Amino acid sequence: MSKLTFARAINAGLRKSLENDPKVVLMGEDIGSLGGVFRVTDGLQKDFGKHRVIDSPLAESGIIGTAVGLAYRGYRPVCEIQFDGFIYPAFDQIVSQVAKMHYRTQGRVKMPITIRVPFGGGIGSPEHHSESPEAYFTHTSGLRVVAVSNPQDAYTMIQQAIASDDPVLYFEPKRRYHDKGDVDETLDLSTALPLDKAAVVTAGSDVTLVAYGPLVKTAKDAAMAAADEGISVEVIDLRSLAPVDYPVVEASVRKTGRLVITHEAGQSGGLGAEIAASITERCFHYLESAPVRITGFDVPYPYSKLEMHHLPDLDRILDGVDRALGRRNSLSGLEG
Amino acid sequence: MLTDQAGKGVHNHTPGPGHSAQIPLRTGGDLLQLVSPEGERISHPEFDIWVKDIGDEHLCSLYEDMTVIRRIDAEATALQRQGELALWPPLLGQEAAQIGSSRSLRDDDFVFPSYRESGVAYVRGAHLSEIARVWRGNASYGWDPLRINLATPQIIIGSQSLHATGYAMGVQLDGANTAVLAYFGDGATSEGDVNEAMVFAASYQAPVVFFCQNNHWAISEPVRVQSHVQLADRPSGFGIPSMRVDGNDVLAVMAATRVALDRARKGGGPTFIEAVTYRMGPHTTADDPTRYRDPIELEDWAAKDPILRLRKLLEAKGLLTEDVEARVKSKADAVAAELRASCIDMPDPQPLDVFNHVYSTPNSWIERQKDHYSRYLNSFNQPVEEGAL
Repeated sequence: MSKLTFARAINAGLRKSLENDPKVVLMGEDIGSLGGVFRVTDGLQKDFGKHRVIDSPLAESGIIGTAVGLAYRGYRPVCEIQFDGFIYPAFDQIVSQVAKMHYRTQGRVKMPITIRVPFGGGIGSPEHHSESPEAYFTHTSGLRVVAVSNPQDAYTMIQQAIASDDPVLYFEPKRRYHDKGDVDETLDLSTALPLDKAAVVTAGSDVTLVAYGPLVKTAKDAAMAAADEGISVEVIDLRSLAPVDYPVVEASVRKTGRLVITHEAGQSGGLGAEIAASITERCFHYLESAPVRITGFDVPYPYSKLEMHHLPDLDRILDGVDRALGRRNSLSGLEG
Repeated sequence: MLTDQAGKGVHNHTPGPGHSAQIPLRTGGDLLQLVSPEGERISHPEFDIWVKDIGDEHLCSLYEDMTVIRRIDAEATALQRQGELALWPPLLGQEAAQIGSSRSLRDDDFVFPSYRESGVAYVRGAHLSEIARVWRGNASYGWDPLRINLATPQIIIGSQSLHATGYAMGVQLDGANTAVLAYFGDGATSEGDVNEAMVFAASYQAPVVFFCQNNHWAISEPVRVQSHVQLADRPSGFGIPSMRVDGNDVLAVMAATRVALDRARKGGGPTFIEAVTYRMGPHTTADDPTRYRDPIELEDWAAKDPILRLRKLLEAKGLLTEDVEARVKSKADAVAAELRASCIDMPDPQPLDVFNHVYSTPNSWIERQKDHYSRYLNSFNQPVEEGAL
């Protein structure tokens, strides 16, 4: 067991994948001698060479489109998109090509491509550097979408993503890159929690609180704060955003009868809406109150002096818990 | 191996068989032609050597392939008009460009086509039913790409140019001497992906050939809306040498493609070929070119018909015997009949096939939807009791 930062944990996972499979190649902007703008690929080009850790031209569609060709040839490309807001030029290649190639060829051609995306806000960046574009991709069949929330998962899930024969969007919460945690580097991937499973990270009985990526830590903090008031919150780390592991969420809601979902992305058409609808369909009769969403606002990601208002924090989540419980909250007295 | 410097290796690759495959970075120039529209063989000091092995029999087989794919095209268009195909993108007029280029490939080369390369698919060994079924709507793919080294038809304009470049980068990593060829049209040269593909291909000196069939029309938009300069003049800005060839001259197309493929295999890097041709039919069977195209233009190009030109050459050489004519006609008829039969006899896909192959590993969302839809379909088979709601 070693104590690693989030960024070092991903780095260790990438290193292990590069060592274990000669078909794994890394591609992206500045990932070579610089080691990536967040240093996630630090030292990998030095150790594995320029042919396996490839500094690419500054062209996101090019990075993903050439990865499609490499996958055709039997490689397992791992692409880094430098920032969440830079993924849009590659959107067509991801949703029209990467996602559909297996279906299009009726399984003849596999696309084992991993697309790493530092996502989310909270680091005081200019625009296009703090977005949460995950819902665009969870809406696209053929893609698996995951978000990691802690160094151990970061280490194992990057390896699972690379080993997956399906394409995986791997979202990394950039404001947690420097958080440290225990990482068991000897963990066998075959015994680790599978890539598409959710985890109950805090057990509780009054309210189910669903989070992923950067907000898992905030949700756990909120659960601790709620416990001080005698409210027992069960926190679920989704880990997989497509597909969502509904049986785990459903089992929790059947127990608690109440559901709060939180994410940084805007509310409309977001993952929270999907989860609220699905859980309502699956266990309507167990719900004591309507599902509550605590999310970013339906605004462009704001300039950094305002981002603390946009991002769900501990207090907004607790207010949501109060709404789910029918306790006095910021919207008390409001009808409709 | 991947090279890091843009432009490195462009000029110092190994020459071709007994000949230099060096292509000057193009800054304008004439159309490469080895057969005139009147069917006369035009001698060319640099390119003749690349087609010197093409003897009488070989010429006749090119004529046969071009005639057969024209027949496939006519039959498929008829099948669409009869409601047997949902759509068909005709290749009429582009037979020399497709046959000349695809007959230059080796089996181990890999090809990334657009949607119009049915002639290429025929040459690569796709079954006629495999060519038809995509356009009938029975599948999104026809052939197994890995069986005949031909990717599935690509609808998104220019997207495949990046796939070809990535595949070529993989070829470099493998240390193989395979070449990769990407087909696209004149309209695609406006797309970002084609330009990004040229950036990547030049930066890494990937063994890829960009084969642009300039058929003059991107649906209703003429090539002058796409480009202010000749298409073959663009790649020099990326450090990629190019050739501009008469796309209706099968020999010229073969010579240029062979030069480019040879160059790619020997580590010379990417090449761009502009094959100047003409789409004599509509963009697809859903299109109506009379709304945007001058009939005189069509007449002009009909006089440059690629099959007619090869016929004239064969006639001049005394090769177009009754025997050859009969053999070619019988082959074309047989292929057309097989295309028709395989199209009409094609079984419909099963309802639950809609869920297949979205992922290579199980996905709980899709499994649930498949289960629910299966129950729904089965509900039609349940007996309904009298008076039941």
